[in-house]
Formats: sequence, structure tokens, C-alpha cells
Amino acid sequence: MKNPIENLNKVFDSRIRLGIMSALLVNEDVNFNELKELIQVTDGNLASHLKNLEESGYIKVQKGFIGRKTNTTYSVTRAGEKAFKLHLDALEEMIRSLE
Amino acid sequence: MDSKEQNLATLNEIRQMMDRSSRFISLSGWSGIAAGTCALIGAWLAADKIGGYYRISYDTPNVCPSCLKKDLIAIAVGVFIAAFLSAALFTFIKSKKDGIAIWGLAARKLMWNTLLPMAAGAFLLLRMMELKQYELIAPASLIFYGLALVNGSKFTVGEVRFLGYAIIATGIFNLWAIGYGLACWAFGFGVLHILYGLAMWWKYERKQ
Repeated sequence: MKNPIENLNKVFDSRIRLGIMSALLVNEDVNFNELKELIQVTDGNLASHLKNLEESGYIKVQKGFIGRKTNTTYSVTRAGEKAFKLHLDALEEMIRSLE
Repeated sequence: MDSKEQNLATLNEIRQMMDRSSRFISLSGWSGIAAGTCALIGAWLAADKIGGYYRISYDTPNVCPSCLKKDLIAIAVGVFIAAFLSAALFTFIKSKKDGIAIWGLAARKLMWNTLLPMAAGAFLLLRMMELKQYELIAPASLIFYGLALVNGSKFTVGEVRFLGYAIIATGIFNLWAIGYGLACWAFGFGVLHILYGLAMWWKYERKQ
């Protein structure tokens, strides 16, 4: 029998990255401050996790302006959606196999 | 086993985050009760004004219908503001208690999705008043408000949808029961809100 742990995605190990993906999957786009408020982390911490997800190709970044203030919004990519779903399936399978 | 617990906790966290970011769950049952009470007081004041108007008009021909109209509009606006503020107050208290910021992503979505149908309805009501189609004001306000609730229910506690359905049904009934505008209005905005508020309080807030 193959080990279901292999299917768990390393990128989603972190609680913060998991939180970001969860929020982005149910919302079309979310900006930086909204994410910060939801996940309750510091700016730097959130930024580095966002960078990591972006480099993995799981989220897209759109930079825009509201008036003069920058407004950076994030949304999930197709690849991100697929990877997250596989991760959830793996979690589910693990729970089942332990029953 | 330890890792099973861990995985369950992870799944739970994912669900929570999805919920919290897409639904505004601080809506309190007390808000419904307060808004309904405001509506009932308003309906009572309006009934009093209308009654007074027709009592006088039998013996004195010189009454002004525009005064009645002005009074009723003032009552309606007053009720809307009082209901909105009291509903917001109880929801604010609940969000403080739950430790959730009141003005988050979900709250903005909720506002947009309920205010848009309500604003469209408000234009219709204004135009109806201009064209003196007063009979249709009560049913139209009920129907548009009900639609706003159904639309907004996706972004808050889902049960709001049932309140919306009931209010739409009341409005449609009222279309064929024109003379009962105020009664339907009091039932839809007053009684149904209070029933909804009590049910929500019973279901979610009683234990706390």
C-alpha cells in the first residue's frame, strides 16, 4: 500500500500558508490587510509566506491603487486550486487509513 | 492517534478560515428583535396618523393629504434609521464578545449584497410616490427587502434566507390584498423579524 503521506504537499505544511489558501479559495480576491486581519500575523511574516506561495505558482498577485495608496490583492491560480485539493484529499485519506 | 488528531485539527482550521473569510457570523438574534420592534412601533404610529387623517376628513374638508404623506415618510425614514442603528448595535456587541472585527472582508460583502437590491428598490419606491402609486409601496418594499436578505444570506448566517423567503411571500400576498398594506408591512418587517431574532437567539446565543 502506498503511503498517503507522500501526497501531502510540503508547501501547505505551515498554518499560515494553509490559512491564506483557505481564504483565497472562497473569495475571488483578498487584499493584504484583509489577509492580515483574518490570519492575525505580522506584516513581514505574511509577506514571506505569500512570496513562497507565489513562487510555487499557487497564487497570483495584482498590484493596484486605491487613490494614492497601493492595494495589493491576491487570488488563487488553477495550479493552486488543484494542489490544495490534492492536499485535502491526502489529509482525508490519512484520517481514513488511521481509523 | 496523534497524527489523526493533527489532521482533523488542520481540516477544522481550513473550514474555519473559509467560513470566517466569507461569512459575517456576528449577526445577533437581538438585532432582529430590535429591528422588528422598531417596525411595529412605526406601524403603530402610522396607523394612528392615518386613522386621525380619515377621522378629521369626514367633517372638515380642508385637510392636507401632503401633510399625511410627509408624516408617513418621516415615520418610515425614522423607523429605517432606528432599526438599522439598533440592529447594528447588538451585532457590534456580539462581534466584540466573539472577538471578531466587525468591518472585515465578509461584512463588506454582506453590505454590498444587501444594499444593492435595497437601493434599487428605494428608487422604485421614490418613483412610485411621484406617480402616486401608493398602494404598491408596502408590497414593493417587502419584496425588495426580502430579495436583499436572500441575496445577503450567502455572506452571513444562512438562516437569513428563510426570513427573506417569508418576507417576499408576505409582499406577494400584499399585491393582491392592497387594503392591508400597513398590516402586511407590520407583519413582514415587525413580526417576522422578531420571530427570526428569537429563533436565532434560541439557536445560537442562549447557551453563552
